[in-house]
Amino acid sequence: MRWINWIGKRSAGSQPAVAGASRPCTVPIYGAVLLLMTALILSAAAPEKRLSIYSVAANYSLPLVQREGRDYVGLLELLEPLGRVSAKTEGSRWRIRYNNVEGDFQAEKSHARIQNREVDFGGKLVLENKRGLVPVASLSALLPRFLGGPVTLHESSGRLFIGSVATHFTASLSADNPPRLIFHFSAPVNPSIANEPGTLRMTFSREPLVGPASPTLTFGSKLIPSATYSENNGSAVVTVNSTIPVIATFGNEGRTIAISPTAAAAQNATQNGGEATSNAQTQTQPETPITTAPITPPARRYFAVVDASHGGDDHGETLGSALLEKDVTIAFAHSLRQELESRGMTTLVLRDSDANLSVDQRAIFANADHAAIYIALHASSSGHGVRVYTSLLPFGEDDRGPFRSWTTAQHDSLPLSQSTAFAIAAELQKRQVPVRALSAALRPLNNVTGPAIAVEIAPQGSDLSQLTAPDYQQLVAGAMATAIASVRDHLGSAP
Amino acid sequence: MIPRHFIISIGVLLVAALGLSLYAWHMRKTVVSVPTAAVDTRPLAPPISGPTERVVLFVAHDEDGSLRPESAQIPMPSGRQQRAEELLRTLLSQYLDKSSTHVLGAGSDIRSVYLVDPGVAVIDVNAAFADTHRSGVLVEQLTVASLIHTISANSQGILKVKILVDGKERETLAGHADLSSYYDVSAVNQLATQLQPQ
Repeated sequence: MRWINWIGKRSAGSQPAVAGASRPCTVPIYGAVLLLMTALILSAAAPEKRLSIYSVAANYSLPLVQREGRDYVGLLELLEPLGRVSAKTEGSRWRIRYNNVEGDFQAEKSHARIQNREVDFGGKLVLENKRGLVPVASLSALLPRFLGGPVTLHESSGRLFIGSVATHFTASLSADNPPRLIFHFSAPVNPSIANEPGTLRMTFSREPLVGPASPTLTFGSKLIPSATYSENNGSAVVTVNSTIPVIATFGNEGRTIAISPTAAAAQNATQNGGEATSNAQTQTQPETPITTAPITPPARRYFAVVDASHGGDDHGETLGSALLEKDVTIAFAHSLRQELESRGMTTLVLRDSDANLSVDQRAIFANADHAAIYIALHASSSGHGVRVYTSLLPFGEDDRGPFRSWTTAQHDSLPLSQSTAFAIAAELQKRQVPVRALSAALRPLNNVTGPAIAVEIAPQGSDLSQLTAPDYQQLVAGAMATAIASVRDHLGSAP
Repeated sequence: MIPRHFIISIGVLLVAALGLSLYAWHMRKTVVSVPTAAVDTRPLAPPISGPTERVVLFVAHDEDGSLRPESAQIPMPSGRQQRAEELLRTLLSQYLDKSSTHVLGAGSDIRSVYLVDPGVAVIDVNAAFADTHRSGVLVEQLTVASLIHTISANSQGILKVKILVDGKERETLAGHADLSSYYDVSAVNQLATQLQPQ
């Protein structure tokens, strides 16, 4: 009421003293309104735009920035996971070298010199803090010059395919009653699945999935009438429209996804004559709780995930004047992959280049791949020999229903992780390598749901060059692979 | 007509002003900037007086990667938090010695220790502590285990410990040891057992 009076008096040209007297009461109201509006604006903020890049070397995504109404991306960051890359700024000139290809750009200019050839890439180079940003639309013209091969850009959806990496799919309805919708993929996939009344949505964030000729597929069924394919902000989405609750099941090592009615819906559909009564079911069960699509069995693509720790800006320990931990771990990871694969265990090296990967991203990759064992590799100048670590679980929160606590996700697998660590320690001891098995508060070990260990390799004596010696790396990697092979039956089946 | 003595006075004053200006200009050119003495930013804790007590410190040893108990007789204040701070500062003073078995960087210090019921301890170290800490899984674990095991062994009822750096949460101590979560004291006690000399 006082607020209304004050406004009225102000508009009537009343004395400023009156307004001043009322001001203390109005300030909190204006403050609250401002706060509310800020909260509304923030809550409605659009998600960060990203560009997903799919290649044989790595699948990754980068944030996009808006400049003059266009989407820009850092060229160095884009090329970094694909090979050796460096950049140098000289005034307004920005030079980038990717493997043996040199590019010479000028800030605010739309042409560059790549491999001694002039290229007009149809947009200006933006130089910010020594970072060269190029318009996303120009990548089709620029990247083939650097990479020496074709790229396919889906500009509106922020998806970039380097080489022939696309995963295709077909969808067909089975003749069962009630029918099932079967998706066949040309490569294993592991989408996230969301169920809403009337739709089941599969989001492919990491897979280079491309759509069919027509974005809408119709199946002539009343229970599962259609599916649509769309792309948005670096992801592909397949939405299945249904009139009954459906679930998704994975098969054929992630190459097949079957969409079928839930058990209750299937029973009702069969009793009521199948598709003829499907509409009636939908009307009588509008509030039926949607069954969470079980992702079983997990699509395991690799037996082991080997994580070369650190990378990019995170150098890890500086082991010597020209020796960084991140470089030792990547060499050691390759050696370990070779030893594991020679024993029949498929292995993914998580960081295969000098890329930045957060510990959360590492855990997400490890969990998504459902690997039988996750191995993080570290190197150190202190101490002697090898340390094998398992998670020192933090004082964590409890799991909530079907959701596991992120900080203690390792809890259930810890005994298996410890037995694997002991097996590795025993094998290294056999080979006269000093070794200890310890706990460590070392992320992402506690965030990995499956068996997870970390190995820190130090020289046997005081000579740090031993860390890069192939024979020492092979000695340690061989012992680790032998030990893991000896417990593989406990860890789980190979893909 | 202007008096003669007045003209002479003005002239003398002008010459003096000119001379002083030249002198000032000369001094400005020749002034030597005195280098600022390096400031030791290490905080200075007030000396503790009063009755001494025997406490057990769990001291890290890099040469064999172990944590060893060492008893010390130190003056202890009466407040629970102040006691915890004094305990950890005594531990830290060992690591700041260049002949230490587990050297920490110069300027490392414990800013505060907060004991919050039920059973929570927050150790706030200064930025130099983390910024100058050596990187490595074992070397960082030894520091963390030494702090937590020392405080929990000498103060009853602590169940979990959080380590802050300069009053803020940090992801890791020096690239490895996780500082983003609460440490479970019982788990750290098990780690301390693993870290006993072999």
